[in-house]
Amino acid sequence: MNNLETASHPETLRRVAIEPLSRVEGHGKVTLLLDEDDHVQQVRLHIVEFRGFEKFIQGRPYWEIPVMVQRLCGICPVSHHLAASKALDQIVGAHHLTPAADKLRRLMHYGQMLQSHALHFFHLSSPDLLFGFGSDMAKRNIVGVAAAYPEVARQGILLRKYGQEVIRHTAGKRVHGTGSIPGGVNKNLSLAERDELLKDIYQMIGWARSAVHLTRQLFEQNLAEYNAFGRFPAHTFSLIRADGAMDLYHGGLRARDMDGKTIFDHINYNHYWEQISEEVKSWSYMKFPFLRSLGPEHGWYRVGPLARVVQCDFIPTPLADKERQEFIAFDAGNPAGSTLGYHWARMIEMLHAAEMIKELLHDADLQSNEQVVTGERQEIGVGMIEAPRGTLIHHYHVDENDQVIRANLIVSTTHNNQAMNEAVRKVAMQYLDGRKLTEGLLNHIEVAVRAFDPCLSCATHALGKMPLQVELLDAEGRQIDRLVRNAP
Amino acid sequence: MNPSPTLIIGIGNPSRGDDALGPLLIERLEALQLPDVELLTDFQLQVEFALDLQHRQQVIFIDASLNATAPFTFTPAIAEQDNSYSSHALSPGAVLHHYQMLYGKPPPAFVLAIRGEAFELGEELSPDAATNLAAAQAWLVEQLTLDADSFSAYANAAADTPTG
Repeated sequence: MNNLETASHPETLRRVAIEPLSRVEGHGKVTLLLDEDDHVQQVRLHIVEFRGFEKFIQGRPYWEIPVMVQRLCGICPVSHHLAASKALDQIVGAHHLTPAADKLRRLMHYGQMLQSHALHFFHLSSPDLLFGFGSDMAKRNIVGVAAAYPEVARQGILLRKYGQEVIRHTAGKRVHGTGSIPGGVNKNLSLAERDELLKDIYQMIGWARSAVHLTRQLFEQNLAEYNAFGRFPAHTFSLIRADGAMDLYHGGLRARDMDGKTIFDHINYNHYWEQISEEVKSWSYMKFPFLRSLGPEHGWYRVGPLARVVQCDFIPTPLADKERQEFIAFDAGNPAGSTLGYHWARMIEMLHAAEMIKELLHDADLQSNEQVVTGERQEIGVGMIEAPRGTLIHHYHVDENDQVIRANLIVSTTHNNQAMNEAVRKVAMQYLDGRKLTEGLLNHIEVAVRAFDPCLSCATHALGKMPLQVELLDAEGRQIDRLVRNAP
Repeated sequence: MNPSPTLIIGIGNPSRGDDALGPLLIERLEALQLPDVELLTDFQLQVEFALDLQHRQQVIFIDASLNATAPFTFTPAIAEQDNSYSSHALSPGAVLHHYQMLYGKPPPAFVLAIRGEAFELGEELSPDAATNLAAAQAWLVEQLTLDADSFSAYANAAADTPTG
């Protein structure tokens, strides 16, 4: 960890704030303290974590939770739906789901992975990657992408739509689906639904593969810059299948250090708190998880696509595994350790999700009516899943009246809190230190944050909220300059 | 099956106080079973909504608003490039812009912005928002039962938008 977290004399420094970050969900703010020579002395990423969860959940009957938690965040509702369901499986004693229930939930999950990753690459980050981080803002947008790369824009929408259709058919509805319940699922996939999805899956696999190759091409064309951009060594953390394969739905805990050596492996996640803890810092609303064995200062880690692709032994679908091997081997492994490597890894995961959807659609278990199991009732349940952005933890205590009395959530973006701060500090040193500020330079910081695809808050989306404002203040707090991006 | 001529999309989180205004109005419209109207609801608009706009005669987006004059405003929506594409929540104009990129000129579209005040997770609809919702519902249902040209009149007279 570098020493830009806290400046020696912040009261003497100029403060620059990027507030909120564009092209990421929710409320985020980056503050930079510069000395008189425009050298960066302090960089912090301030994140407003979602609020009101405890009040929202406590006292509710446990069977409502899988539907309710979808309302925490409109961006990844399916992740919360499934993580809550997995936790409540333990509450109802359903320790082994039926094959149909397991596979239907997996299908839902891969549908979400496909649509989330497609949206992030094609619409949120492609303008930066295709036009350059400091390029003219008028061109660095989706219209520019559509004009210069029309097929990229079109495929992004159709991949996204396809993923949404998978979710609709498995969750029962396009929004606020109820497909996953404690102990299993409440609907199967009909043959008509299966055939509708089979019709386009091969096209989706083809487009996903093209997206991996496009990202590789971008690395080849910008190798030195991409390798160095926001680069820092990091431990990694994710679920892993018993045989070491990538498994985005279920597995044991694996953590590896920044040299790739195993810290722990195949740990049952039911007692996750024995492996990870959370630190609170005065200047951020979001906590900082760390590996207990390494302590808070050195124990932070990366989660999400880059961590998952790098630390799994293999991906259990052939096209994605071939791409994974090429990614790991490319340029002596440099992209696999770079912040922008997240984009390449994310596309590999999108390809894996498409292949898994194809595989599952050919499985007759999806049409089975054996969908729910129950067992001996428990008071505590933990559900973990690899959501698009990283590891997601739901943890519930339920009383004898079937009401939730305690709940704890550690969302993917929280796991990446320190890693995002490290990336932002590195980029600030690389691109802002000693130079005058411009909008293009500030966008470099946002590019670093966007690589993690964070979900910074479960913010409202009412019209009129969240304009982007950047302020440059002098040491006395006087406003020297101001940039505003219009609110939608 | 041909899509319904009128598409109405309610936007918002039903569990975030007045953010529920859009979904709540959709719920009430569903109960009325209006002919030739298709109703959709979601937390936020996303790129794939551009595909839902195909073969429509008109589209109405309903959302809570911090800025709208109470109880509501009804304004034409035009395809426009803005920065909302870069968040997880597109504006109606950005959705129309995506439609334009894919298919050309979008159908006539409008925004029914209902004034909201409070948006905290787990909170109920505020009393003022409930009043505004009732006014918006009454007005919209009346318009939907008039002939199809009633909304076109608003497209041509943007300065005369009703405010309830």
